[in-house]
Amino acid sequence: MSEAARLSAHLTRGARWGLGEIAFWLLIVALIFLVPSRALLINEILIAGLFAMSLDLILGYAGIISLGHAAFFGIGAYGAAILASRGIHDPILGLILASLLAGFLGLATAPLLLRGSDLTRLMVTLGICLMLGELANRNSWATGGADGLNFELTPIFGLLPIGFTGQRNAALYSLVVLFLLFVLARRIVQSPFGLSLRALKENRLRAGALGVSAPHRLIVIYAISATYAGAAGALVAQTTQIVSLDVFDFHRSADVLLMLIIGGTGYLYGGIIGAALFIAIKDGLSTATPEYWEFWIGLLLVALVLGGRERIGARLHALLPRRLRGGSAA
Amino acid sequence: MPTILFDGIAYGMLLFVLACGLSVTLGLMNFVNLAHGAFAMAGGYVTALLMNRAGVPFLATLPAAFAAPAILGVILERTLYRRLYGASPLDQVLFTIGLVFIAMPIANYFLGDQPQQVHLPPFLQGRVEWAGIGFGIYRLFIIAVCGAIALALQLLLIGTRFGAQLRAAVDDARVASGLGIDVDRLFAITFAVGCGLAGLGGALAADVVGGIDPTFPVKFMVSFLIVVTVGGSRGILGALLGALLLGILDVAGKYYVPSIGAFIIYAVMVATLLIRPQGLFARGPR
Repeated sequence: MSEAARLSAHLTRGARWGLGEIAFWLLIVALIFLVPSRALLINEILIAGLFAMSLDLILGYAGIISLGHAAFFGIGAYGAAILASRGIHDPILGLILASLLAGFLGLATAPLLLRGSDLTRLMVTLGICLMLGELANRNSWATGGADGLNFELTPIFGLLPIGFTGQRNAALYSLVVLFLLFVLARRIVQSPFGLSLRALKENRLRAGALGVSAPHRLIVIYAISATYAGAAGALVAQTTQIVSLDVFDFHRSADVLLMLIIGGTGYLYGGIIGAALFIAIKDGLSTATPEYWEFWIGLLLVALVLGGRERIGARLHALLPRRLRGGSAA
Repeated sequence: MPTILFDGIAYGMLLFVLACGLSVTLGLMNFVNLAHGAFAMAGGYVTALLMNRAGVPFLATLPAAFAAPAILGVILERTLYRRLYGASPLDQVLFTIGLVFIAMPIANYFLGDQPQQVHLPPFLQGRVEWAGIGFGIYRLFIIAVCGAIALALQLLLIGTRFGAQLRAAVDDARVASGLGIDVDRLFAITFAVGCGLAGLGGALAADVVGGIDPTFPVKFMVSFLIVVTVGGSRGILGALLGALLLGILDVAGKYYVPSIGAFIIYAVMVATLLIRPQGLFARGPR
């Protein structure tokens, strides 16, 4: 078999949907219909999962560390909220525009991440997020400042109201968005482009020697990831119909990183699984100890790192059905 | 205007004492310690508790505010931190965020979420007028103490054998250890001193920031990181200049252009990172 044919066979093999994956998505649909009382929680998990997936695109596939991913989440949230408060009441249009806005910001700021060390990247991403948070805080004519911003949305397709009156609809809406974006992300990471990103992550020098140039690829994936994070932010804003300054919080950037780490990086499902675990832990613990749940998350994190995050990940990974493992299984 | 400059300098001096330990950890061990603020919080709590519960006078609590975080630091360094010296920055970040997440609820559990106030003794309160400008006595005190610490650190660094070893290790830890310098011991000592200084800074800052509460490590983490990025992580002087610049900009910015608030210092940080990733006041790259 020629080199090109082997490569394309490798890519197609990864692209096939396995039973495990189909079951995963059907399970979520079933959960929404079977436990409508928990629709709010499920919606939160789906959105956090989308946000964590967006981080996975840059961290798990391109190796870019970010401590300020909430910047794009916040832009998406405020974008959707401001559009809705200024007359664009259609949620789908608002979602698309807000995500694109976040994507443009990602495109604009990505060149800043090409220089320097990992530490520089951490600080630049954190700094940008803080700057945006401060901007939102000070420009209260547009954002409502510390009071937050309330707004109205029309039902989806004029039929299905989302928000507090339609929590099940909201969860379904988030699920559809998550699924569509997931399919797209799956396609992206299994394309030759996705493969080249992984090569860059593994060894940038060697990838460069093979003719894979880093800057453009990193900028593109960063912009895509920012768009995804913006979509997650827009979903949060739309399904709660209020947005406040905490969307830019450091906590948000840190939490999403934790979710992704708990779920594991580099196979797209990690974000969703991690979000489910994180929010379940948080929900379970905060009913037991409302003020101290962070302690246990911190302990888990320290244990994960000291125990060798990647070793534990690899061991769990081996337990997954082959289909779910994605490209690294081959 | 002079009053603002003065307040800015005092705030910058505080930031220096709070952050210089972080600057050394980063420069010496290349370790991203986001939990540095937790040690500052510990120092603040030691002073507040000793004063409020045991009636110890403010000045007498300061040595304890240094010693307790330093001991805590050395224990954590020997047991946990050292395992991660070679790890990726991501692992270091995750680990230290984890420590912050552990520290905050512990403080909350034992001491509650209300800020613990540090009541200054009468001789440190009030202001003095000089040439028509009012100087807060406590801020003068901060400048004196922190200035003395900066001077002492600088003398230690350039004048002693230990300082020479430390500078060598910061420049190149591998070569330094090849020359017989016990880099491992240096790590432990500097980490402990850095944590102790953070604790002392926390104790001194308690009055200025309105008391110590469990969110302290996160609230001030960003300030520390900005000082280190702007100042560069390879020397006392850089950190001092970075801290002063940041303190003055922060105070002046909030006074003159309140409409953009903290935006200025974040922008300065990002700009610094883009123009001189090694820090404004650091020597060039190796």
